[in-house]
Amino acid sequence: MEFGQMVAQLGEGMIVTVEIFFLTLLFSLPLGLVISFGRMSRHVPLRMLTKIYISVMRGTPLMLQLIVVYFSPYYVFGMKISASYRFTAVILAFALNYAAYFAEIYRGGIESMPVGQYEAAQVLGYGRIQTFCRIILPQVVKRILPSITNETITLVKDTSLAFVLAVVEMFTAAKQIAAKDTTIMPLMAAGVFYYIFNLAVAAFMEYLEKKMSYYR
Amino acid sequence: MKYLEMEHVKKTFDHLEVLKDISLSVEEGEVVSIIGPSGSGKSTLLRCATMLERIDGGSLSYLGERAAWEENGTCIYAPKSELKRIRKNYGLVFQSFHLFPHFSVLKNIMDAPVSVDHVPKAEALERAEKLLVQLGLEDKKDAYPYQLSGGQQQRVSIARALALQPRILFFDEPTSALDPELTGEVLKVIRELADAHMTMIIVTHEMQFARELSDRIIFMEGGVIRQQGTPEQLFGNPDERVREFIGKFQM
Ligand SMILES: Nc1ncnc2c1ncn2[C@@H]1O[C@H](COP(=O)(O)OP(=O)(O)OP(=O)(O)O)[C@@H](O)[C@H]1O
Ligand SMILES: [Mg+2]
Repeated sequence: MEFGQMVAQLGEGMIVTVEIFFLTLLFSLPLGLVISFGRMSRHVPLRMLTKIYISVMRGTPLMLQLIVVYFSPYYVFGMKISASYRFTAVILAFALNYAAYFAEIYRGGIESMPVGQYEAAQVLGYGRIQTFCRIILPQVVKRILPSITNETITLVKDTSLAFVLAVVEMFTAAKQIAAKDTTIMPLMAAGVFYYIFNLAVAAFMEYLEKKMSYYR
Repeated sequence: MKYLEMEHVKKTFDHLEVLKDISLSVEEGEVVSIIGPSGSGKSTLLRCATMLERIDGGSLSYLGERAAWEENGTCIYAPKSELKRIRKNYGLVFQSFHLFPHFSVLKNIMDAPVSVDHVPKAEALERAEKLLVQLGLEDKKDAYPYQLSGGQQQRVSIARALALQPRILFFDEPTSALDPELTGEVLKVIRELADAHMTMIIVTHEMQFARELSDRIIFMEGGVIRQQGTPEQLFGNPDERVREFIGKFQM
């Protein structure tokens, strides 16, 4: 295979990888916050339900979850699965999985907030939602940023699991070329790509941390 | 006019009766100090008055408006919207400040007026700047809480409470978290507020300060008001427990 052709194929895979990465974050970051509310709710059944959800999502392989999400429309609802659902299933499974991890990170951050912040806000007349959005959440974000960075870096590498549903992301593309041309070159190129991607992620997160270091 | 009125207030923390039938009313312009041994329920009383804790019995009202009262043996609170309005009557200064660390000094003072009371920004800024001058913090308005000394932080927290223009200000041991050399600057501010006839209820261990400043001093013990009166009455009190307690603080 020509070098140019190889780069083009890898490039297509790369775009899929980047899409999976950003879409997963886009959905799982807010979803995780919602789940963490359920996890901390006073409502016992809701709390138990989210607890079980988190434990299952963290306790089973993401690869298995991908397969379950892909096939469940057929087995549960008897719907026909179209090929275009593959990519959707990948995003759905990734978002549901990462939301569980993020939920626990949010919960840790929220529970670490001193009660005095809530009390000061209450006496000053802030409502519950205002207190959370203006006083609590900004401080929580600062506290949990390092843990979010860890998960995000794991996510970059996890995107390669999309191959289970035959979604051709970077790593799958590299493997295909490698098998056809019997060379490990494309795999090395993919490795370099993941590494650079993660460097960029780490640099961005570091920038965010710096931006929030104006207070303690 | 009675700014605060608490009648027969009771508070129990899982079987521990912390407030036993406390009645306290505070008139406009009055400065009341609350003293008493540790665990006597002083903080709990302030927390009940400021609705950080729910009372289990008795009643609570501000300027004649009922916030909580007893009906058929249980305590009920006014509807949320009314409580919101009633809350505007008072501010609370905490022992450990509880400033918002992610806000600058100016924002700490301005944020509640703007986002809670919807005061126009320009007006809130003007108010905040006046308070900064009044409390000697002009040069600190862009600083963040972590950059301030304890005394400065406490003055910011007083400014933050004052910015909402409350009629009553509660203090829970405002100088107890401070190094001795910093208590003076906070006491001075409170003294100036007293001179301006701010209605205040102050829990304190600063006996000399309480004596000079208060219109009335309350001595609490074991969840009840054991004695109260003018500073002269209380400091010359024959009650053995009161004398013993005050004696501990006078060297
Ligand atoms: N949230 C709570 N749960 C259980 N018990 C509590 C709670 N808050 C206070 N108490 C108890 O109530 C009693 C009175 O406490 P409070 O903090 O009101 O005392 P205080 O007079 O302010 O004492 P200090 O001078 O040490 O601040 C104490 O025995 C305390 O342990
Ligand atoms: Mg106390």
